[in-house]
Amino acid sequence: MSTPSQTVGPYLALGLPWADGPTVVEEGTPGAVWIRGVVYDGAGTPVPDGLIETWQADAHGRFDHPDDPRGAQPGFRGFGRCPTTDDGEYGILTVVPGALPGEAPHINVSVFARGLLHRVVTRIYFPENTAANAADPVLAAVPAERRDTLVARKSEDGYTFDVRLQGEGETVFFDV
Amino acid sequence: MTALSESGLILPRYRRDPEGTHPPLDSPGYKSTGLRHPKQPLVLLPHKLTEITGPLLGPGRLGELDNDLTKQHPEEPQGQRIIVHGRLLDGDGRPVPNSLVEIWQANAGGRYKHVWDNWPCPVDPHFDGVGRTITDNEGRYEFTTIKPGAYPWKNHDNAWRPAHIHFSVFGTAFTQRLVTQMYFPDDPLFSQDPIFNSVPDEKARNRMISRFDLSRTVPEWALAFEFDIVLRGREASVFENEEDE
Repeated sequence: MSTPSQTVGPYLALGLPWADGPTVVEEGTPGAVWIRGVVYDGAGTPVPDGLIETWQADAHGRFDHPDDPRGAQPGFRGFGRCPTTDDGEYGILTVVPGALPGEAPHINVSVFARGLLHRVVTRIYFPENTAANAADPVLAAVPAERRDTLVARKSEDGYTFDVRLQGEGETVFFDV
Repeated sequence: MTALSESGLILPRYRRDPEGTHPPLDSPGYKSTGLRHPKQPLVLLPHKLTEITGPLLGPGRLGELDNDLTKQHPEEPQGQRIIVHGRLLDGDGRPVPNSLVEIWQANAGGRYKHVWDNWPCPVDPHFDGVGRTITDNEGRYEFTTIKPGAYPWKNHDNAWRPAHIHFSVFGTAFTQRLVTQMYFPDDPLFSQDPIFNSVPDEKARNRMISRFDLSRTVPEWALAFEFDIVLRGREASVFENEEDE
């Protein structure tokens, strides 16, 4: 029987951020991109006391993890963590993951905040992968008119991915 | 324990928790949920490679005194010294070894060392209220800290949070990520706390309450509380292609 989830509360910034949390890869890594965005509440107000966590495969679609039946590919942390600023902004420096067997390239995202009694989970897909996205089974299970909330937009130094917790343009969240 | 995906990979799957284990995101008693809970239904996410893997964060994340919150400054913090220990387990009772445990908490008077916390209670210059450790080979963790105080908040008239310590754990898979709060036994503030009471199932709720552990107290030094954290377990063996038939 699992221990229940509780909110991170307003003071999560004490315990959770790491100095190197936002950099899944080091600055200057070939292919590195910034994924930046703003977390909004249901009134369209930026959420200044939230935290974004990302989990993803490396550029070749591999994980450094013993449960990957294809074998662990050591060396890629795959994990990013960034608290939101006073303006609700976050940024993660990473590489675009490779495709996985039967799935388009994607990054899993957990959002934590005061007022969220349980994390909410979403996915980032990439706009250039039109064909792979069209064939992705997870995207296919999402109502067509909401799919674009899961697809990042190109930006100057990478991608933009905003999170809308509620209301107009609400981001698709998953039951994990 | 495993499922054969369309791709031909054999993957473990994680059990979904019974209804009532976790708080509903829309919990009106806790006012901050009002504008922050999604209103659209959640979409079921199958457990594939990204879900059955997860960050394995090890000793590189730790400083020497990260598990003793009473020794992070030249002088000791005010308050009742306590040992908080327990095990990180999966849903089948198996220990989760070598896994990062992060905590944060208020000081003995109930004040967080955070710029937004400014209720009239002194900051303790000798207490940051932040700890980290790694579970051992049997999934055990231990912190030395001080017992946090209760504190007022503005959720409802004369609202007070019961004393608690925030816990963040990863397990071994994305599906197991958990942030929770550890409470103390017999807290008279439980009855009026919408965060504690947001967990619908009473038995599940009580799993957030630590146990006073006389056997681990240290004479003339510290009281002790035991708090086991249970993450989701793996599902019994099902093959995806059979399930689809």
